[in-house]
Amino acid sequence: MEVIIEHSTTFLILAAVFGLFMAWGIGANDVANAMATSVGSKALTIKQAILVAAVFEFAGAVLAGGQVTKTIRKGIVDAEIISGSPDLLLYGMLASLLAAGLWLLIASRNGWPVSTTHSIVGAIVGFAMVGIGMDAVKWDKIGFIVASWVISPLLAGIMSYMIFRSVQTLILNRENPLMYAKRYVPGYIFLAGFMIALVTLLKGLAHVGLEITALQSYGYAAIIGLILMAGGHFFIQRIKIDPAADKYFHYANVEKVFGVLMIVTACGMAFAHGSNDVANAIGPVAAVVGIINNGGVVAAKSILPLWVLLLGGVGIVLGLAMYGRKVIATVGKQITELTPSRGFAAELAAATTVVLASGTGIPVSTTHTLVGAVLGVGLARGVAALNLNVIRNIFMSWIITLPAGAILSVIFFFMLKGMFGG
Amino acid sequence: MPLGGYMSGIFGRSPVDPMQEHMAKVYACASELVPLFNAVINEDWDTVEQTQQKVSSLEEEADVLKKTLRLNLPKSLFMPMSRQDLLEVLLSQDKIANTAKDIAGIIVGRRMTLPEVIHIDYIRFVQRCVDACKQAKKAINELDELVETGFSGQEVKIVSAMLAKLDEIESDTDHLQSGIRRKIFAIEKDMSPIDVMFLYKIIEETGDIADCSQRVGSRLQLMLAR
Repeated sequence: MEVIIEHSTTFLILAAVFGLFMAWGIGANDVANAMATSVGSKALTIKQAILVAAVFEFAGAVLAGGQVTKTIRKGIVDAEIISGSPDLLLYGMLASLLAAGLWLLIASRNGWPVSTTHSIVGAIVGFAMVGIGMDAVKWDKIGFIVASWVISPLLAGIMSYMIFRSVQTLILNRENPLMYAKRYVPGYIFLAGFMIALVTLLKGLAHVGLEITALQSYGYAAIIGLILMAGGHFFIQRIKIDPAADKYFHYANVEKVFGVLMIVTACGMAFAHGSNDVANAIGPVAAVVGIINNGGVVAAKSILPLWVLLLGGVGIVLGLAMYGRKVIATVGKQITELTPSRGFAAELAAATTVVLASGTGIPVSTTHTLVGAVLGVGLARGVAALNLNVIRNIFMSWIITLPAGAILSVIFFFMLKGMFGG
Repeated sequence: MPLGGYMSGIFGRSPVDPMQEHMAKVYACASELVPLFNAVINEDWDTVEQTQQKVSSLEEEADVLKKTLRLNLPKSLFMPMSRQDLLEVLLSQDKIANTAKDIAGIIVGRRMTLPEVIHIDYIRFVQRCVDACKQAKKAINELDELVETGFSGQEVKIVSAMLAKLDEIESDTDHLQSGIRRKIFAIEKDMSPIDVMFLYKIIEETGDIADCSQRVGSRLQLMLAR
């Protein structure tokens, strides 16, 4: 295709800039939702949260972001139908990035509970449907993705319910909860480290040059879990127990022990978020890069260049550093009802669900999953007051975001097509 | 521009702290009845009036807390305890303060004195009723621990024990109350009928302090049972 070869540098720069902007937006705004539970429950200070988020969002994006990126890049639009006109795919992906970015900007200005994932998926489906044709969309795959948007909060909710119930039985409902907290919390730390490491390893780190068998994965995950557990044990022993604090609230010291656990799950949450949400920014970039690298042909098989993942990771960290601090501080201040014993249960359930989705290549909404997990703890009578209106708002945002992303991306698609000709 | 988004929106304002604050205010209000009746016995009217003022302003403060709490309990709130039970507890707490204010008002308004034969008994009676209120406050102060444990396990046993103690105190006040009534019955013919009428009313209302405290406890018991 002449257009593509002629303007390849322009397209590449546009894709990189749009993708970086989208990743920046995720870092600036979205990460706060993942980190706020840790800040709100005072398990982490804002500075620590920024540091944890930067390191683990980046790690999640680069190490485990590949599968979802693949889905966004070529799982939604059928490559065979479009193989004759790669320029359309190129315009469409650029348009989708612009549309999702703009829609998120509008939504966050109005405080709507809009998900990055839903925006980008809606945008891609939109341009494919209108710009190419109904057949261009892999509807079975879309059905699967949409179903996962309902399933992921449900699954996280069930998991957090069970985790919190086990915390009640093993620790909180005992006569000496502090002793039992010290005994069992390292076990939960192991569980957190093991689960997240395992899913990441099982799904392969081939794109960073690591080939591991399933058995090795279990082994490595167990080792990671044990190392974390040992570290956790060390810090728990060093906690200063303050009997005076228990006079006002009898579980003050127990919560301190859970605070250590929550640092681990906060890392997991950031990792999970990075692994799933980075794709929203760089999936379309990867598609554009793929077309250009193949000389204007839609390749069925092409490897995701590592620099694209790095671009996403850097974008998220930049957004976080420039703007995210303020957002995390604001959201964290509003979440004070969540104590570490609940926060960890919600985070562990949400992080595991999201990493599982990342490994399978399903783009889910991290925040909605976390909301589901918090509700799960609430159902176990664990949270003093939950506002159920938020659930209604989330449903509304689903109904609005998909068409909004789609319409915007169709508009941008035809604008780009008109500008470059095709 | 609202920052960050909606993660924070899911967390409603917990009613537990305001609830405990209200109960503390109610107890502060009811406990003024002990110095009030001491002053009545000593016929120290300056102190009686000052104490009545204190009771009245504490009751008003409790009222403000009650209204704010009610406004912050929309039906969309999902809580580990039933909203209905919570509102009933609040109502009973509120009634303690109202009753205390009523008693103080009648005493000041009518410049009431107590017959000498019941002086000692009455102070014991009032003290015991205030004890019941204190015990109810102690139980309500466990509400945050109950939420922490998800209304189960060891904490439920602790609170149940507190509530059993509350029942005990309330039954004490019943005995004290009937003892006082018997003594007044013996001398009522020699007193002004209207004074006697109000005396019985004061006795009943003082007993109500303990009754309402017990009602706070029994509603809390319902929360545990669910």
